Amino acid sequence: MPYLGSEETLKELKRALSNSNVQADRLRYRNVVLRVIRLMTQGLDMSSLFMEMVKASASVDIVQKKLVYLYMCTYAGLKPDLALLAINTLRKDCADPNPMVRGLALRNMCNLRMPGITEYIQQPVLAGLRDKASYVRRVAVLGCTKMQNLQPEAEIDGTVVNELYGMLRDPDPVVMVNCLRALEEMLKAEGGVVINKPIAHHLLNRLKELDSWAQSETLAFLLRYRPRDEAELFDILNLLDGHLQSSHSAVAAATLRLFLHLADAHPAVQADALSRARGPLLAACASRSRELCFAGLCHVQCILRSVPGQYAAHYKRFFCSYSEPGYIRLRKMDILVELVNDENVALVLEELRAYCTDVLPELAQAAIFAIGRIGRMYSERCLGILTDLLGLRQEHITSAVVQTFRDLVWLCPQCAASVCQAIIGCEENIQDSEGKQALIWLLGAHGDKIASAPYVLEDYIDSLKTELSSLVKLELLTATVRLFLSRPAEIQDMLGRLLHYCIEEESDMCVRDRALLYYRLLHCGVDETRRIMGGPISDPSLGVITGHPDEPVNNWVAHFNTLELLFTRGIGTALPSKGGSDSMALSIAGCPLVVGETGEDPLHTSTEDGPDFSLSLDPPLSPESFEQHWLRLDVSHTGTMVFPGSDCAPETLQAALQLVQIQALAFSRSDSLPWKAYLYSKSSGTLILAELLHSAPPHLQVTVKQVPRDECALQGFITVLETALQALRKEAT
Amino acid sequence: MISQVFILSSKGDHLIYKDFRGEAKTDAVNLFYEKVTDLPGDQPPVVMTCEGLHFIHVRQGGLYFVATTAANVSPFTIIEFLNRQVLTTLIKDYCGTLSEKSVRMNFALIYEMLDEMLDYGYIQTSSTDILKNFIQMEAVSSKPFSLFDLRSVGLFGAETQQNKVAPSTAASRPIMSSRGDQESKNEIFVDVVERLTVVIGSNGVLMKADIQGEIRVKCYLPSCSEMRIGLNEEFSIGKSQLRGYGAAVRVDECSFHQAVRLDEFENYKILKVCPSQGEQTVMQYQLCDDLPSAPPFRLFPTVERDSGDRLLIYLKLRCDLPPKSAALNVSVTIPVPKGSLSLSQELSSPDQSAELQPSCKAIQWEIPRFPGGAQLSALLKVEVPGLSAASLLEVGPVSMSFELPKHTCTGLQIRFLRLSPVQPGPSQHWVRYVTHSDSYTIRI
Repeated sequence: MPYLGSEETLKELKRALSNSNVQADRLRYRNVVLRVIRLMTQGLDMSSLFMEMVKASASVDIVQKKLVYLYMCTYAGLKPDLALLAINTLRKDCADPNPMVRGLALRNMCNLRMPGITEYIQQPVLAGLRDKASYVRRVAVLGCTKMQNLQPEAEIDGTVVNELYGMLRDPDPVVMVNCLRALEEMLKAEGGVVINKPIAHHLLNRLKELDSWAQSETLAFLLRYRPRDEAELFDILNLLDGHLQSSHSAVAAATLRLFLHLADAHPAVQADALSRARGPLLAACASRSRELCFAGLCHVQCILRSVPGQYAAHYKRFFCSYSEPGYIRLRKMDILVELVNDENVALVLEELRAYCTDVLPELAQAAIFAIGRIGRMYSERCLGILTDLLGLRQEHITSAVVQTFRDLVWLCPQCAASVCQAIIGCEENIQDSEGKQALIWLLGAHGDKIASAPYVLEDYIDSLKTELSSLVKLELLTATVRLFLSRPAEIQDMLGRLLHYCIEEESDMCVRDRALLYYRLLHCGVDETRRIMGGPISDPSLGVITGHPDEPVNNWVAHFNTLELLFTRGIGTALPSKGGSDSMALSIAGCPLVVGETGEDPLHTSTEDGPDFSLSLDPPLSPESFEQHWLRLDVSHTGTMVFPGSDCAPETLQAALQLVQIQALAFSRSDSLPWKAYLYSKSSGTLILAELLHSAPPHLQVTVKQVPRDECALQGFITVLETALQALRKEAT
Repeated sequence: MISQVFILSSKGDHLIYKDFRGEAKTDAVNLFYEKVTDLPGDQPPVVMTCEGLHFIHVRQGGLYFVATTAANVSPFTIIEFLNRQVLTTLIKDYCGTLSEKSVRMNFALIYEMLDEMLDYGYIQTSSTDILKNFIQMEAVSSKPFSLFDLRSVGLFGAETQQNKVAPSTAASRPIMSSRGDQESKNEIFVDVVERLTVVIGSNGVLMKADIQGEIRVKCYLPSCSEMRIGLNEEFSIGKSQLRGYGAAVRVDECSFHQAVRLDEFENYKILKVCPSQGEQTVMQYQLCDDLPSAPPFRLFPTVERDSGDRLLIYLKLRCDLPPKSAALNVSVTIPVPKGSLSLSQELSSPDQSAELQPSCKAIQWEIPRFPGGAQLSALLKVEVPGLSAASLLEVGPVSMSFELPKHTCTGLQIRFLRLSPVQPGPSQHWVRYVTHSDSYTIRI
């Protein structure tokens, strides 16, 4: 027999279908039809058999009918004239005494997607709505939608819509849900089906009769209903309560979403619902099906954005196992980082340490980045682990560790000394450009503490011709100029060579322009260069701020239990090399001019304290010296101010204070009590340190220390701070 | 709402294709296959989007089960639909096994099922009981159930039937087989299946232990009004009910199928359920950290460097199961340094084997049967050119996979199984226990 789909096969099938002997034998007839369907599934064009297949539909054999209907629905669009021939058989079947035959015929008649079919199906569909068999009614209800969608320009029949609303009270639960679905689609232009109070309560009361699919869909429809008052709201929540812990993850997730949505004005109820829905979500995360597990993890991650502590007790559930695919393990590592607290940090780090030697390089790197993120809180433990990893001398590991070091040093300046020791000699094991960039940045920013820094840079400069990445070259330029400022004697010669090469021979415009810029800058003299290049080399406050910005639940409820959660975040974190590490250090190091500009001239504050008063942040103060000063100095002023409100996010406060040239060095979490913050600023040679303490609302205790004493600056500082806090308070309310 | 459903073989052949709404183009199948195969690695993300169409897929038995949708629907619903509840489970119910072959042979039946389950992309029903009334076609079983199979190996014990043993393949046949062997159909299987996840630290301390268990009922009885499943009397849920004595069986969390009635559960630990034909999960439970007994395997590894470029790995593996039971198909995977060339081994018995797999840089040690209480040892010598101190760190962690028939790690047992009213004619009920390793890791 010839292979699939040649002319021969078609002819043979055609002969067989019209052979009266075959037609007489039910099994043989059915087998021929089966062959046609099989070939159709494989993607072959079987439409030329349409005539014969239509004849085959006039059989008493239900199995054969079903097969032929499947065929007809596929090809009706291609052969509309022939399909009309089948209508008669179908309409006859719609009046069959057997409800299954009626339903089948009606369903398939509505599925024939071809122009002009509506006039034939209208009458059977309307009759089907009043059929005594629920099976037929289910089909007819959806048939109304199909009819509507076949002629979108036609006006919606008001009587049908009313009938469908009436059928929400149908005794069959599937008919009820189908009515919701049909109305939703038909009334799309008017915003979908209307859920008023009687309908909402009717649906809630019948929720128990539905199967899990219908339940989760009905719960989604109920999102549209707003209870009138508190009492009604809590009645509804009570009804839904049992479903929160449903063994079907779809129902549990849909209920949770509805709960969060309804209780959006009651954060305590939301928190309670989140903790009660933990069981089903954890079960989904541990599911045998990888796909379900992935969906569960995405939702857990979403919840953690608002309630970081939620799953901390269950952190072991998020340990990876070697048999899991990479996308699940990456997700689990992200979650583990969020769950770290004082009690479990040792075990989590030990676990992550084990993943660092994974066979898959991207997983190993993701684990290292995860350790780095934990390192912002627990820097000492993490530094130890990361330093040990360098001993493995594996390229992908060394590269990731160095990138992590760079981010850590930027956020936790106290790590700088140990990092500088650890990175000595690791340039031999770095081949990829991200790793090189990180290493070069570290050498540039902290080269004064690394004895061999100039020699390493020199190696890179000498091999510049073979370097392909222009980002590495840009980084190298910046680092060499920076290091030149601290160690001029050793660097001068190689800087000259580097600039010469980049200006004369480099083909990449960006690199060339950057080299020219530095060249001209150096012409202006060393002091000028130092002023511009000498931006801060760390920003500790950033770490505290980026640590836990607790997002309000209402921000993500709209996306909960939708596909969106799975793919948007999926792409973001599936690429560890881009999402795993913080690129902010890189971006700031990449454009030193921006840093120079902000540090250049201090913004004059807009208070009316006199023309000579201004605050500035230059030069920056490290947390260590802040602490030294704070312990040494006496209190020069205490007072109370108005607390801007606990829902004011730390980054808002930070940004607002920075606008008036006050730097916040450390914060406690926004919801903790007592809440503390440490600030500093400078004014005409005097250093001002302040502590904000919030232990009892609404007042904020302010303690200010100052060196050397300057009453005028002190008063100015307090006024500025007060104005800023008041402005924030207004914004918050 | 689902636009299309299709099933592809791993090679991209179309096995099943059904368009419910006519919104998407027919080349969506090829589009999907291109996207799936283009992805780096063989583990693609679950949801993909292309031209406003979302593809959600599940991989099982080497097949892709794909649903497409244009709406932003609940991922749980679609994944569960493709997964546990409907497609794969129902195909198993109706066709016996889930494989490319069985899907190919039963494609007409699957079309029929899809037609009854989904209308215009909306899920109508998925219960085997209801569907059974509408499904007209008969399944073509790829391997007819015959007495010959009874002699096949890999048998599970049955607690309620003293000497009779159910063949392991007995539960993988279609629920509606041809009219011929009506007699042998009156069977009901109750399986207690546990999946074990364990991490043991390098100091031998149990770092993590996690058991996911379920009780599955697979019913071949044509009608059955009520079944009572009695669990251990000392069964308790949650951490609060700690008891000081006895062999209490405790789980952290437990959820039941919505059809299970629990009125006698509180006092007598009896689940009452009316099983419908086919397979359903009656109860799911999980237990974290507090294992009632020691983990089934303990490993005592020693890793040394030879004077030359040879790595000596000496493994002592002890099975802490009770002496009556045994572990089957034990496989131990030991990652070795990158440059490993060859392996010579000394194993304690000839039916074991150890092989170096260069592709994944690991040694695989296979033990077909491992009796409880026994201890096996292996000496593996690996040739690694340029061996350094750092490469010692690349050895480990060891991972194991195995199967423990007739054993549950939580200790959950089924005391009795009663059907009421008593079935006419001969009927058999089987209880089977098995623990699988989901992930068993031992750090070195």
